[in-house]
Amino acid sequence: MISVEDFARDAEKWFAEHTPRDVDFMLPLTFMEVGTDQQFEFLQNWQRQVYDAGFLGAAWPSAYGGGGLTDAHQSAATKIMREHNVPIMMNTIGLSWAGPLILDMGSEAHKNKYIKGILSAEDIWCQGFSEPEHGSDLGNAQLRAVRDGDEYILNGSKIWTTHGHYSKYMILLARTDTNTQNKYAGLSFILTPMRVPGIHTQKIRKLTGEHGFTQTFFEDARVPADGLMGAEGMGWKIAMKTLEFERGARGGQAGGFSVTEPDPLEILNLARESGQLEDPVVQDDLVDFIIEAQALNLNGQRAKIGALVRDNPAGLPLINKLTKSEFAREINQYALTLQGARSAYYVDEPNAVDGGWWHRAYLNAFSATIGGGTSQIQRNIIGEHVLGLPKST
Amino acid sequence: MGVDVKAMGRLGITEEQVTFMDIAERFCRDNSSIAAVRERMAGEADVDSQALNSLSEMGWFGIALPEEYGGVGLSLAEAVPVAEQIGRRLMMVPFIPTTVAAQAILVGGTEDQKRNYLPKIAKQGGATLALSEANGSFALANIDAAAQETKAGFILSGQKILVEGLADSQILILTAKLKGQVSLFICETQNIPASARRREILIDETKRSYTLQLDGVTLPRTALMDSSKAKAALQRIDLAANLLASAEQIGAAKSCIDYTVEYLGTRKQFGKYIGSYQALKHTTVDAYVGYEKARSLLYAAAHNFEDQGKGEIATRMAAVAAGRALSFAADRAIQFHGGFGFTYDCDAHLYRRRAIFHDSLFGNARWHKKKLASLLFN
Repeated sequence: MISVEDFARDAEKWFAEHTPRDVDFMLPLTFMEVGTDQQFEFLQNWQRQVYDAGFLGAAWPSAYGGGGLTDAHQSAATKIMREHNVPIMMNTIGLSWAGPLILDMGSEAHKNKYIKGILSAEDIWCQGFSEPEHGSDLGNAQLRAVRDGDEYILNGSKIWTTHGHYSKYMILLARTDTNTQNKYAGLSFILTPMRVPGIHTQKIRKLTGEHGFTQTFFEDARVPADGLMGAEGMGWKIAMKTLEFERGARGGQAGGFSVTEPDPLEILNLARESGQLEDPVVQDDLVDFIIEAQALNLNGQRAKIGALVRDNPAGLPLINKLTKSEFAREINQYALTLQGARSAYYVDEPNAVDGGWWHRAYLNAFSATIGGGTSQIQRNIIGEHVLGLPKST
Repeated sequence: MGVDVKAMGRLGITEEQVTFMDIAERFCRDNSSIAAVRERMAGEADVDSQALNSLSEMGWFGIALPEEYGGVGLSLAEAVPVAEQIGRRLMMVPFIPTTVAAQAILVGGTEDQKRNYLPKIAKQGGATLALSEANGSFALANIDAAAQETKAGFILSGQKILVEGLADSQILILTAKLKGQVSLFICETQNIPASARRREILIDETKRSYTLQLDGVTLPRTALMDSSKAKAALQRIDLAANLLASAEQIGAAKSCIDYTVEYLGTRKQFGKYIGSYQALKHTTVDAYVGYEKARSLLYAAAHNFEDQGKGEIATRMAAVAAGRALSFAADRAIQFHGGFGFTYDCDAHLYRRRAIFHDSLFGNARWHKKKLASLLFN
C-alpha cells in the first residue's frame, strides 16, 4: 500500500495542477447552493475527476469502487483539497450520509449497486426527511409507505430536497406503521429510486432568488422493498445515525468537503479596502467579531480536551451548530453595512461589491440557522440535554 | 495586516493544570458554601482566614514562582484553575492580588527583593497591590501619587484606592512617581498607620478594600524596585490580574448559571416549571453559551500567556468575554428569579455585584477592546 506521505505528495501535485481557476461564474459555497445547470454540471464533472484521480473514497473498499486505502490517506487528500480551496464535492448526501450508511449496514447487493455511482457522481443522491408540515418536528413525518408484495407504495411529500431534480436516488424517512404509541416507532428508512412513475419534483426558489432545493411529491409511487435499511420501525434510529455521519461524529465519509468555510474575517479586508479599518466605530465592531471567531475556533479545540469539558461533556458539541451558524449570519450581515451606498446592489450588478457575494452569503446563511434544526430548536436541545431544563411542550 | 485567528493562539492543557483543577474544585466546594460566604460577608473579618491558611499550606501562592524563590516552579497557567474555583465558590481570599503582587516582584524587583520577599509570599501569602487612584483610570501609569527622595529613602504623597486584603498583608506593591517616572515600591504595611487607612464600601461584599492616605509615609531606600523594569512589571501586573480575574469570573458564571437552572427547574407558575418557557430557557442557554466561549478563551489565554504579543491579545479577549459572560448570566439570573430575585436573600445579586467589581479593576470590556483594536489594527 502506498504510504500516506507519498499519497499526500501525489495529491498535492494533482490538485496544484488540476484545481480549476478563473471560473467565470459564481461557484456555490455549499452543496445546498447549486442553483443552475451550469454549476451542477461543472461540479459533477469536477467530482468525477477527483474520484478518477483516486482522491475521493480513498478509504472505501476497492471491491465496490473505493480506493482500498485508509482513513489517514483520505484525510491527507482532503486536507490538501482545503488548502487548494478546490470546488466542493457536490454529491454530499451520497458521499457523507447514504454511502457510509450503506457500507455500514447495507446488503452486499446495495454496496455493489450504489457505491461506485456515489463516488463518481454519476448517481446523485438526495435526502427525504423534512416534510412541509413537519420541519422541526422530524419524528412526526407522515409520508406513507405501504408494503405491497416486494414493493412499497409511497404517498406524501418531502421538502428541502437538495439536488432533488438531479437525483437518481433518495434516502427516505417514511411511515410504515400509523398505529404505534410512539411516533418514532412507525418510521422506516428506505433507499428509493427517484425516476419512477408517481414521483415528481418541483423546484423551490430560495430567498436569494436562486434555485437549489425541490419539493418532492409521491403519488402511488411504487419502489422496490429491498431498499429498506434494517427493519421496519428502525427508521428514526437510522436517520439519527446518518446525522452523526453528517456531523462527522462517526467516521466513514468518502472525504472531500461539501461546504466551503470562508474565513469570516475576510470582512477585515472588506473594511480595509473601503478605507474603514481606521474608523474606531468600525474597529469596535470588528474586535467583537474577532473575539467571537476566536472563541468558536477554540471551542472546537477544547471539545477534544477531556479535562476542560468534564462539567458538561455534551455542551460544546451541542452548541457548535448554533454558535457557528449564527455567527456566519451575523458577520455576513455586518459586511453589508461596510458597503455604503453600494450595499443596495445584488448579484450580477456590475456595481456590486465583490459581485454581490456578501448579500448572497448573508441570505444563504439562514439555511444553516433554519436547516438541520432551527436555532430556536437548538436552544431547546441545549437547554434540555445539556442544562437539564424542563422540556418545552 | 491580516489577522489570522488560528495563529492567535491554540489551546492546550498541562497535567499540573488538571491536578490543580481537581484539588481546587474539591477544596473550594467543601470549604466555601454559599451559606458560609454569606456569614463572612456580614462579619468583620476581611478574609476567610481558615481558607487563607489552607491556601498557604497547599502552596497555592507559590504556584507561579520559581523554585529558587521558594515557589512550586510552575506558571500562571496553573494558577488559572485555582482562581476559577475560588471564583466559583465566591471564596473570600485575596488570591489574585497576592499572586499578582508576587509576579510584580518577580518581574520588576531587584535580586535582593526577590530573595527577601518571594519565599515569604510563596509560604504564607500576605502581599497585595496599591495601584488605583481616585481618578478612576485603568491606565496603571496614570497616577498622581509621588515619591520624594530623602536622605534615608523616600517620602510619599497622594492617595491609593481599592487596596484589597490590606489587613492580612505584610507588604504591598505601590506605584508612585519618582522624578516624574512611574516607579514601583515594595511598601511594608507596618509603615502605614491605622489613621491612614479607611475601609471602603464595595459593591461586592465578598471583597474588602481600603483607601490609603500616603502623605508622609516614608519608605527605606531598599523599597524601590528596579526602575529599568518598571514598565515590564506594570504590564505583568495588568495581564496577570486580568488573566486571573477572568478565571474568577468564569468560575462565578458557572455557579450563577447552575443556580438559575436549579430555580427554573423547581419553580412553577401557571402549572408549569418556568424553565419550560422558552423566553427563560433560550436566554439561559445564551448565558451558558457565553460562559463556554469565555472559558475557551480563558484557557487559551492561560496556555499562551507567556508568548509575547499573543499572550496579551489572548488575555484581553478572555477578559472581555469573561466580564460579559458573568454580567449577562447574573443580570438575567436576577430577572429570572422574579420577586425573589429582587431580594437580598437571592444569590443572583452576589454574582452581579462580583461582575461589576471586576469591571472596576484592570479594565472593563470597552477598555480591553480599545487595547485590542490597537494591537490588531495598528
